[in-house]
Amino acid sequence: MRKALSLVLIAVLLVSFFGGLAVVPSAKAVAQEVTYNLATEPAAIDPAITTGIPEANIELQVFDGLTRIDSKNMPQPAIAKSWTISADRKTYLFTLRDAYWTNGTPVTAYDFEYAWKRALSPEIASEYAYQLYYVYGGEAFNKSIKVGSKYYVQAVDAQGNPLTKKEGDKDVAVPDLKKEIDPSKNIGVKALNAKTLKVYLQFPTAYFLNLTAFPTLMPVCKAVVSKNDKWAADVKTYVTNGPFKLIEWSHNEKMVFVKNPTYWDKDKVKLTKITYYMVEDESTALAMFQSGQLDASSNVPITELPKLVASGEAQIFPYLGTYYYLVNVTKKPFNDVRVRKALLLAINRAGITKSITQGGEVPALGYVPYGIADALPGSDFRTAVQEKFYVDNDIATAKTLLAQAGYPNGKGFPSFTILYNTSNRHKSIAEAIQQMWKKNLGITCTLKNEEWGVYMDDRQRLNYNVSRAGWIGDYMDPNTFLDMWVTGGGNNDTGWSNKAYDALIAKAKATADPKARMAALHAAEKILMTDMPILPVYYYTNPVLLSGSVKNFYQSTLGFVDWKNAYMG
Amino acid sequence: MLKFILRRVLSMILVVLIVASATFFMMRLLPSGPFAREKKLPAEIIKNLEERYHLDDPLWKQYVDYIKNLLQGDLGPSFKYRNRTVNNIINDGFPVSAALGAVAVLLAVVIGIPLGIWAALRQNGWQDNLVMFVALLGVSVPNFIMAVLLMLIFALGLHVVPAAGWGTFKQIILPAITLAGYPIAFLARLVRSSMLEVLRQEYITTARAKGLSESLVIFRHALRNILIPVVTVLGPLIAAVFTGSFVVEKIFAIPGLGRYYVTSINDRDYTTILGVTIFYSALLVFMNFLVDLTYAWLDPRIRYVERKVS
Repeated sequence: MRKALSLVLIAVLLVSFFGGLAVVPSAKAVAQEVTYNLATEPAAIDPAITTGIPEANIELQVFDGLTRIDSKNMPQPAIAKSWTISADRKTYLFTLRDAYWTNGTPVTAYDFEYAWKRALSPEIASEYAYQLYYVYGGEAFNKSIKVGSKYYVQAVDAQGNPLTKKEGDKDVAVPDLKKEIDPSKNIGVKALNAKTLKVYLQFPTAYFLNLTAFPTLMPVCKAVVSKNDKWAADVKTYVTNGPFKLIEWSHNEKMVFVKNPTYWDKDKVKLTKITYYMVEDESTALAMFQSGQLDASSNVPITELPKLVASGEAQIFPYLGTYYYLVNVTKKPFNDVRVRKALLLAINRAGITKSITQGGEVPALGYVPYGIADALPGSDFRTAVQEKFYVDNDIATAKTLLAQAGYPNGKGFPSFTILYNTSNRHKSIAEAIQQMWKKNLGITCTLKNEEWGVYMDDRQRLNYNVSRAGWIGDYMDPNTFLDMWVTGGGNNDTGWSNKAYDALIAKAKATADPKARMAALHAAEKILMTDMPILPVYYYTNPVLLSGSVKNFYQSTLGFVDWKNAYMG
Repeated sequence: MLKFILRRVLSMILVVLIVASATFFMMRLLPSGPFAREKKLPAEIIKNLEERYHLDDPLWKQYVDYIKNLLQGDLGPSFKYRNRTVNNIINDGFPVSAALGAVAVLLAVVIGIPLGIWAALRQNGWQDNLVMFVALLGVSVPNFIMAVLLMLIFALGLHVVPAAGWGTFKQIILPAITLAGYPIAFLARLVRSSMLEVLRQEYITTARAKGLSESLVIFRHALRNILIPVVTVLGPLIAAVFTGSFVVEKIFAIPGLGRYYVTSINDRDYTTILGVTIFYSALLVFMNFLVDLTYAWLDPRIRYVERKVS
């Protein structure tokens, strides 16, 4: 009896202890404050050097570029109030509006010139410097060799190979001292005065006004940044010019932004405070969302997604990305296009998106995803010329092709391996495809998962047969998907090479006329989809946990979130 | 005694240097590097990056430079977090992990030890069976299951604590319990078995024969002797718990140090891999050193003086 009594007492104590700690649900009367899960600690917040989407989702709140992408994914005037473009589409003249940095000084064309040259300079070693290679002389400057305070082109030998020499145990690039690159003269960006910026491009880049809204091309405050290379490490010296201002950064925990009172377009900004959390675990994020700690989250537990979409707690946004399999075309039997096509056609994409990924993904029957504008206004690259290059789950044709290649019903087909980087999602998809190929074609393959670094290494050294891959666009143009497959391209991990393809990509790059340019890109995609070094599976989507009280939430097809026009209601 | 301490400190430094060297060369054997991206970087950009981080130097030079800086307490810049140094990362993460770890160790000690004693005193009774069953659960249930269960019950079900996050006392409770689960169970089992052994010793029989009360026998004579195995495991346990747990920090979104033991390797963030490994090994050898010092205090037979052999 006494024991029972003491148990009850303990229970009462515990209940009162935890009860006393109960969370009182705070009345969120339409305070214009939002909490969002960024899901990860940013690698950095200096727009010139970061490459990731989480980083961009910080930078785009605190910076404003020459242009800003609107809710229809089109560039609109921002710090530039207007511009003129020359007939050859290579020279842009931007006129800047009155705008201010958070330290009260005006944003000038000099800040842009400084920021772009800074991002390109070899010593800052920006990973995304190639986003500025479109600017005349940009690539040469980024690849130059610094001697003292001057920059030189790397010397080449008689065959045109870049020269290096041994210095101790170290290979050092040899500068050609006759070919100096003077950043003040040889780069196509120049502030004519405080309010006018002249940009001269290497090629008539059709999507340049999209790029000027991109983090790498954001201005930085020259007066601050040139004196302090740690300016982006500390909230106090993080001088910015965007709709919001960063006031707190607790590493791996959270970031707090408030509305920027010096922003030129502050009347449009309704949110007074944004808190970004860095919750990596998807289930934790969901628990925090459902208990009211988060209003939105960029990571969503995929297994729960269909339920969350049905209940209205999650929304699926389009995403410019393609999930596909690489085929090593240098290896037998994959050097035979009929084999690659048989593999391609024997995949049931609709089955994969419906029962495995379940995030509203669209089966890919071409390579470039939906959602990129074609030459004519309102048109879409995917649907403009040829929407589909093949039929999903076309087993009969697949069997015929495999037989023509010499493997009727898969007889004699060597066993091979599907490589993927360790992840449950990739595993489930690989298992499904393994089954489909077995059942439909009678060929056997094994699965192999590798840790990220090892997988990348094997992929790049072509040490695989078939490998999982994915590509997310860098900018809103088909070129970001197509120029990677040129001969020897850094991301062309298939060994595939096609001269006609290379020529079409080069032509698209040099062509000013939008129609002719798009025609070249369409022709290039057709070659890619005829030779099939890759097997497209589906087009990505980008789901977000989103509370109904968040209005005007915008996430671009590149995955960039912009809170400028959002509000709580 | 002083001589003993001096010798131990020197050997500790040596151990840490060996760990640092082994880690340095082993991690460089991993395929791929810190700048491998799904979107592969142009060769020139990688060259610029390698120059910036001196990765283009010969490996022996990188090693010598690293050890030189290490001896001055400089763990170098992080490769992944461009504006942060590894010292910075440890300074930010360790206090968080240590605070959480301290609560967990405290829970383990104040719950685990009494439970173990209780079970030993009621050997083979239902109390003993209950404690041992719970301890078995505690040792065998993985912490990620425990974390999720606790979160489901107390945050999503009862709404008594926030689901995750850091900064308030309430946010410490669930992760601390999760983190303490294994140590509580482990300590309870350890204390129980040592207690049973001690109770069979002759001096306990003597103490009882003298007519001392049972509580005096337990607390004065037995307890002190079971502390030696407890202290032995507590040292490394504190080193492990204070440097954080990847799983607990991930599930409860805690900005601690534990995550870096896993993420730095995935990112091939060389300096961070080295920094956190060295930090942990230094803490571990230091805790073992403290344990050795405590022995002398707990057991008068242990004295760290050199025996003169004539």
